[in-house]
Parts: sequence; structure tokens; C-alpha cells
Amino acid sequence: MSPDQADANPPRKLIAMANQIATFFASQPGGTQAEQVADHINDFWDPRMRARICAYAAADGAGLEPLVLAAIPSIRVPELQD
Amino acid sequence: MKDFIIPWDDTRDMGTPEKHGKPVTLIIDGVEVTVPEGTSVMRAAAEIGTQIPKLCATDSLDAFGSCRLCVVEIEGRRGTPASCTTPVHPGMVVHTQSDKVRKIRKGVMELYISDHPLDCLTCAANGDCELQDMAGAVGLRDVRYAAPEGGALANHFEARNTSGEANPEWLPKDDSNPYFSYDPSKCIVCNRCVRACEEVQGTFALTIEGRGFDSRVSPGAAGDDFLSSDCVSCGACVQACPTATLQEKSVIEMGTPDRSVITTCAYCGVGCSFKAEMQGDQLVRMTPWKHGKANRGHSCVKGRFAYGYATHPDRILSPMIRDSIDQPWREVGWEEALSFAATKMRGLQEKYGRRSVGVITSSRCTNEETYLVQKLARAVFLNNNTDTCARVCHSPTGYGLGQTYGTSAGTQDFDSIEASDVVLVIGANPTDGHPVFGSRLKKRLRQGAQLIVIDPRRIDLVKSPHVRAAHHLALRPGTNVAVVTALAHVIVTEGLCDESFIKERCDWDEFQQYAEFVADPRHSPEATEMLTGVPAAELRATARLYAKGGNGAIYYGLGVTEHSQGSTTVMGIANLAMLTGNMGRPGVGVNPLRGQNNVQGSCDMGSFPHELPGYRHVKLPEVRAIFEDAWGVEIDPEPGLRINNMLDAAVEGRFRGLYCQGEDILQSDPDTKHVAAGLAAMECVIVHDLFLNETANYAHVFLPGSSFLEKDGTFTNAERRINRVREVMAPKAGYADWEVTQLLANAMGADWHHTHPSQIMAEIAATTPSFAGVTYDLLDQKGSIQWPCNETHPEGTPMMHVDGFVRGKGRFMITEYVATDEKTGPRFPLLLTTGRILSQYNVGAQTRRTENVIWHDQDVLEIHPHDAEVRGIRDGDWIRLASRSGDTTLKALITDRVSPGVVYTTFHHPETQANVITTDYSDWATNCPEYKVTAVQVSPSNGPSDWQEAYSAQAEKSRRILPAAE
Ligand code: SF4
Ligand code: SF4
Ligand code: SF4
Ligand code: FES
Repeated sequence: MSPDQADANPPRKLIAMANQIATFFASQPGGTQAEQVADHINDFWDPRMRARICAYAAADGAGLEPLVLAAIPSIRVPELQD
Repeated sequence: MKDFIIPWDDTRDMGTPEKHGKPVTLIIDGVEVTVPEGTSVMRAAAEIGTQIPKLCATDSLDAFGSCRLCVVEIEGRRGTPASCTTPVHPGMVVHTQSDKVRKIRKGVMELYISDHPLDCLTCAANGDCELQDMAGAVGLRDVRYAAPEGGALANHFEARNTSGEANPEWLPKDDSNPYFSYDPSKCIVCNRCVRACEEVQGTFALTIEGRGFDSRVSPGAAGDDFLSSDCVSCGACVQACPTATLQEKSVIEMGTPDRSVITTCAYCGVGCSFKAEMQGDQLVRMTPWKHGKANRGHSCVKGRFAYGYATHPDRILSPMIRDSIDQPWREVGWEEALSFAATKMRGLQEKYGRRSVGVITSSRCTNEETYLVQKLARAVFLNNNTDTCARVCHSPTGYGLGQTYGTSAGTQDFDSIEASDVVLVIGANPTDGHPVFGSRLKKRLRQGAQLIVIDPRRIDLVKSPHVRAAHHLALRPGTNVAVVTALAHVIVTEGLCDESFIKERCDWDEFQQYAEFVADPRHSPEATEMLTGVPAAELRATARLYAKGGNGAIYYGLGVTEHSQGSTTVMGIANLAMLTGNMGRPGVGVNPLRGQNNVQGSCDMGSFPHELPGYRHVKLPEVRAIFEDAWGVEIDPEPGLRINNMLDAAVEGRFRGLYCQGEDILQSDPDTKHVAAGLAAMECVIVHDLFLNETANYAHVFLPGSSFLEKDGTFTNAERRINRVREVMAPKAGYADWEVTQLLANAMGADWHHTHPSQIMAEIAATTPSFAGVTYDLLDQKGSIQWPCNETHPEGTPMMHVDGFVRGKGRFMITEYVATDEKTGPRFPLLLTTGRILSQYNVGAQTRRTENVIWHDQDVLEIHPHDAEVRGIRDGDWIRLASRSGDTTLKALITDRVSPGVVYTTFHHPETQANVITTDYSDWATNCPEYKVTAVQVSPSNGPSDWQEAYSAQAEKSRRILPAAE
């Protein structure tokens, strides 16, 4: 599969992973759950994984938990040269 | 003043175990000596260098007092007491030599020798025999006992008398154990083996049968030999035997060793210290080193005996390359292989980008080697694509303990178990997975500590000789969080918390939020009983015992971490210890039992893609700066890919090249088909290993590895203990693994020039605060060091969080139960969970290449009689095991160790490929795969599955090696 072809498919695993993370932080106290989800993803996901989930959220977003969607704006997508 | 003896180098047998009482002073042969109360006269004498003759005593066992060779005279006392069983008293005056005791000792020896073959010159123990030594020490010159004329033989050592009649007292040698033999004719019935099996190992496989002249050491029940008995081949009895009766077969074959080197076992996370006993560069035997602080002179069958893989003919000793995986391998020189690999990797980075390649570090290799491999990714590939197999075992420990306590490590040393009153074992099977710790735990349990086991399966500990678990919570796989939270519910709602500890050491606001959360009735054991399968009353009793039973210690394993909520369970466990104040003193704490020898070390060394050595996130500029200065490169501030992300990215075409050191991801990682697809999609896979492992079927470059016997370095065990690994023979393929990584880095343009691993450790110490004080000199001096070792703890840290948590205040985390997505249903109604057994180690690449296969030659599926019956499956039948991911076949073992609805297997054999079955579900925080829960169906079968056949065909094809060119 080429990366372009891959991009055409919804990132099934990333969606599931993001939802799992959101499920955990949804149970945590305080009003900052969306930030906590974004922080976790920023800390543990490679930038290309972050770029993909953000692109997917922007394009379609189906299947993502509301808390993930709330976190998307705080997920950093760095400019990647290579 | 007697000679000063450096304690850690002292290998003398002190006769009886060390005691810790208040000082008592006495006089032995005119010399004043002060020893702890409870010490024997024998040991007190040994302290001043006086060896009292002895046979039945040895310092690993409690005194027994049967041989009477150790008699002494004590002023003011009648008779001649045995010095091994006589404790010291203040002011005691002891004479170890006198005409009277000499005479007694000679008489005792004479009796022994009269029933002993005089075979010394051809005996395997010649030169290493305490009976021989004692005969010398007491000055035995002749033996006056003789068999009565014409009567039956009154001895145990002659098979026939002179007229050819069989001697009924004679027993043949028992050679059934592959590693040691039992020759009853040389036995002096000192009982040391029987006591070693009980006291040290805790297996109770040996007994003395008969009485008086008829008494014999006997394994198991009547008719058993060593192999068919309960013996687990730990070697403790062999170690304790003073004669050639129990003797390593390697010594029988090769003779006695002439030099020895202290090193560390390369199997499990206990990290036992061993003496590698050598003749030149040939290993004669491995014996547990009594000053090893992890094992205190004990061992298990793997470390003690299963080292034969290191010289197995399957080892690949020449580098090999090929352009594609359907070609056979071509043997080449090191230089060609390395430049082939370097050119490919550089080419991939140029074509597909900097982030298209990565590394997997090994939890079996040394700290120094692991450090270099992650440095290769960060300083040469210039990305953070580094991960390690700890991903698939203890990554949730790192995350969970990091969040709650502030550091990723067990809180205690193994000695701490000696002070525990209640031991909670969750999702671990120490007697199989961490055998030497298991033995130390059982010893404490026999002394009266209470045991709680939380495990879907009835592990051996639940019920074994002289050990009974107070509670066994046989929970349904996947419900750990619900059980742990219910325990907390009981502790909070029944007022069993240690409030003063919480007030002082933890964040009080977070505690209150947490208490409110767990107190909710939906977390009560009654409410969760239907879900977890654990009876509420049992769970309540467990919580009360842990909270109020004295020092409570938690030990957990992969049954906790390898779940979609692995990290949450680790946090739940951390909460329990904080709630009950079980932290910061001996006997308590939270202790992950690490799988492989250097899981702790590989995590410490920055193998994870998001953190640099010492658990510091790559996003932190001040941390990057340290390494940028040391390495002269700019470090990528973004986290890299984890193993499963690498494979996903490979399938999508974004990840093309991998350097994999000492790991077999194809066999050990879940969802084999997905791993295979990922590997197959890569253009350059470099496997650096001892053997052509399963992953190598998909490799383009094979670099021969070196075994732990062939290099210097360090391993860090589950207690954070840094132990030295010492080279006992030259690397068989020419280079130690750290040298190979350095050569590869240099072939890719780096300029590394380490000439010894101690220099790599110096770099680690210079960049990593918790290792700041670690040097090879200090390790040689102290034997081992537990990190953190720095200015405030110059000699290391046996216990963590003593005065406060590393992160400051302990942090309670909310642990909401979330059911895994892996659910049973009509098609897959059973839950599969996996584990391992004593004699085999992980993927088995090493242990399958030793005689250990005698104990476990295939993986079997444990299934409850009820589940077997409804499927028409009988014991030993071939069955098909299928999940949503794939299917395989193996044989059934019908047992009630597993509950109805649960099946269990090990994953030691590639033919079984249990991981074809496991899914790609993983821990929410760390992507640690969910090995422990897979919905499956089991049905009768008559042979290997299509996948198994296709797999072995591919493997066979891929393993072809072209004959070397002339
Ligand atoms: S066991 Fe010891 S005393 Fe007996 S024959 Fe062998 S070396 Fe000699
Ligand atoms: S090898 Fe270990 S388990 Fe076996 S009999 Fe000896 S002490 Fe017991
Ligand atoms: S317990 Fe572990 S470290 Fe110790 S000998 Fe056995 S495998 Fe090796
Ligand atoms: S050594 Fe003391 S009685 Fe045997």
C-alpha cells in the first residue's frame, strides 16, 4: 500500500486508540478532560499519527468520541520536512 | 587479629545461616569474638577463621545436628555439644580442638567411610568433596570396620558381593534428570539435599525413606525417579550435597572447573548472580552465587542448567544478507554486511524520509547495548523511532506508576519479602515465571505470612506443599480494574484506610475525590460480583486482610499489564498501597515482576519512543540539551513510533526499515498475521540475534549476536538492581553486540569509538541523573547497585519513596472499569489467557535449544472438564483453537485449574503460534497488547491448521543458506 492509498481509508486503529484514551480521561475529575486527551496524544503519538487523526477529524470524523473531537484543536500537528 | 576478609568476595561455608540479633561476645580457642544473638558456635568460630569439621551443616540451611562431626568442648558444660546446633551465650568459652573431640570426630569419620566406596581418584567430586576434605581434616588414617566373614554385605556401595550375589542395599544410579545424576552408593544421608529442597526451594520433592542403616534419600513417592517426581530441577540439592551423590553431569563429563567468573543470569527479571565455572574458555557449570543479593545463593533450572543454547549448533556465526526474503541467505564478512545494511537504511531515509526507519532494542541485551541502539535511532537516524519488547509487557507499569508515584520501578528489594505479613500476588505466577523469587516468597509463607492470589487460573502457589492461599480470587479475565476498585471500595467504606499516611504523603484533595468515586455502591463487591465472577464475601475478606493484616506487599505481573486497561489496573494497585499506607518501609510496597532479564534496564535506558534515558520526555528542551551536547546532534522533539505503530505504518507504506536487536517480534507480538504483513512490507529488516528466529524469516540482513557469556555489561533486574555481566569467553562471531551496533552506526557515518562497555556506562552516568554515581569500579566493589545512585544516594537505593514519593505527593487516580472490546459471543464463547511455565522462557529460542524440552516439549491448551465435555474433547486430543484473528492447533489438557469458560496456554513454541490467535487490542495508554484476553472457540481437530502449514513452508524456505562461496 502506498501512503496515499492508506490516507484514503479511515484510520481504524487510530480512531479506536483515540477513543480508548478519551474513555479514560472522561472519568477523570476536573474540567480539563479534552486537554488531558490532547496532552496524552501529543506526548505519546508520533507526529504523523497526530496529523492523520486531525486530518480525519477535519474531513469526516465519524466514529470519534465527542471528547476526542473536543481535543482535536489542542493536538499539535508540527510541520514535517521529511 | 585474624585476617580481614572482604565480605562480598567471601565464598567460605560458614556452617549455619546468618542471624540478626543483639551482639553477644564469647571466647573461642582463646580469641574473643562478638556475633549476633542466635548465631551458632560453629558460625562464630568461622567468623574468626576457624573451620570446625562438619558434614550435615551448611550455611544455606538451618542446622540439623545429625553427623556429630562438629562437636566441641564448652567450659562448664558436660559432654561434647554439636557446634552447629549450639547457640552462642555471653561469656561462653569454647575449645574447638582437644584430644577428646579429635577422637570423637575420627570415630564418626571412620563410620562414614566404612560404608563409602574408596573411589576418590575416579570420582566426579574428586577435589571438590567435603567428605574427602573432612577425612583429611580429622586425620583419618585407617578404617577398622569390615563386613563380617561370609555374611551379607553391610554396605550400600557394592552392587554384588565377591560370590556375585546381589546386594539388596545397593541402588543403581538415577540418571533421569538431564542435568544431574543421583548416585545412592555415595550418599552419606546427611539430609542436606532434603532440607535444601524444603527450606531453599520449597518444593518438598525429596524425603528420607527408612530408618537407621536403611535410610535413603528418595525423590517423590515409591517408584518415582527424579524426573517423574515433583522435582523442578532447581539444583539446590546438588548445590547442598557435600559428596558426588548429587552431581552435575557436566562435571562428571568434563571434570572440575579451574577458574570462575561472577556474572548474572540472562533469563528472567529476578537477575540471579551466578559463578560461571570454567576450564579455559569452556563452561563447566553455572552455580548460584551466595552473595548475589537477588538470589542469595539459589537458582532455578534455567539459570543453573539451561545455558547449552549458547554453544548450540543452530547459532549463526557469520553475517548474512539477501536482497529479498524469497532468496536464500548469502554468508558474507562483517564489513560487507554492515555496509549493505548502512547503504539500505540511508537510502530508505533519503527516499521515504527521516522517520521511515527505526530500531527495536532488546530487553535481553545489556544496558550498554540498549543505550547504544536507542542512541542509533536518536543520534544517527535522527528520529525517535525506538521501542523495546517491554512495550508488550510492562509499558503500563511505566505509565501507571509514573502517574501515581513519579517513577517507573518496583519500590522494594527482594529481601523485603522477609518482612511481609500479607502478600498479594496479582496476575503473576512467581513459581513459574520468577522461580527464585517464588522460592523466597514460599519461604516467608511457610513462616506464617498470608497469601492472596488474584488470577483467573489456580496457579501452583494457591496450593502447594506447606503453602495455602488465604484467598484465591479467580476473576474472569479482563476484569482486573473492577476487582481492584472493589477492593478499594471495601477499604474506604469500611474505614480501613491509613488516614495519617494519606494526609502526610498524598494529595488530600485527590484522595477525597477518589474516595468519593470508589465509595459509590456500583463499585461494591456485591455489585461487581456478576461481572468479575468473584464472590463478594471473598473479596471483602481479601480487602480486610490486605488492609489490616500487617505489612502488605503487592507483587504483580503481566496478568495486570497485558490488558486494554493495563495502565488503569497499575494505577489501581498503586492506589491500594497508598490507601493502606503500605509504602516506604521493608515488607510492603508495589512490585512489578519483570519478565525478561533486562526489561527494567531497557526502559531505564530510553528505549521508549517518547523518552530519553532516565524517563525524561523528548519534548523537554533542557533534557534534549544534555544529549545534544553529549552527542553533537539535534534531537527530534517529537515522540517516535511504538512497535505496533511501526507495523501499522509499515503496512501503510510509511515505515520501511528496522534494526531489531535480540527480539523475536514475529513470535512474541500479538496478531502474528499483522506482524508478518508489517515485516513483509519493509524493505530492510536487520535482525541481530543468536539464531535465525521467526522474525528473521522476513529479514534482509542477519547480524550474529553474542550470548551473555561473551560480553561485559550490566543488567538491571526487577529490584532496580544493576548487576554486572562479565565476559567468560570471547564472542563466538567475533563481536559483542554493543560493538556491532557501534560498527553499524559508524557505517552510517557516526564516529563512535567505545572500546569497553564501561565507557558507555560512563556516558549513561554523565547524562542520566539516576545513574550519576554508577561506575564499573563501584559495581565491582559492591557487587551490585540499586538505582537511583547519585550524590544523595551514593551507594544506591534499596527502597523507594521512603520519606515521600518521587513526584512529591502520591496521586490517587480514578480507575473506572471499561469492558474490553474483545467480547465473547456465540462464535467465540471462551476466554483465552496466556502465560508461561518454569522450564521454558518466553519464545523459547534459548530454552528450546536445551534439555529443558524434556519438561515441556509442546504448548498445550488447558481447558475445564465441563467445557471439554460439551465439545467432545478428551485429554490429549488435538484441538483447533480459533479467534477473530486466526486459528491454530494444539493438544488439550483437561484440568480444573482454569474455571469454566476460560482456557489457557503458553507461548513457547513457534509451531503453536499462540499469537496467531491474539488480537491487536491494546492498553489505552501505552498500546501494550491485550494478550491476556481473547475470545476463542475450541473444537476437535485432526492436524495442523492451514496457517500453520503455510507458515512452516514459508519459514523453511526463508531459512535457506547458500553454501559459502569458495
Ligand atoms: S564422594 Fe567424595 S569421598 Fe566419596 S569417592 Fe567421591 S570424592 Fe571420594
Ligand atoms: S533439584 Fe531442586 S526441586 Fe529437585 S530435588 Fe533438588 S532441590 Fe528439590
Ligand atoms: S530465577 Fe530467573 S534470574 Fe534466577 S536463575 Fe532462574 S531464570 Fe535466572
Ligand atoms: S555439622 Fe554439626 S552435627 Fe553435622
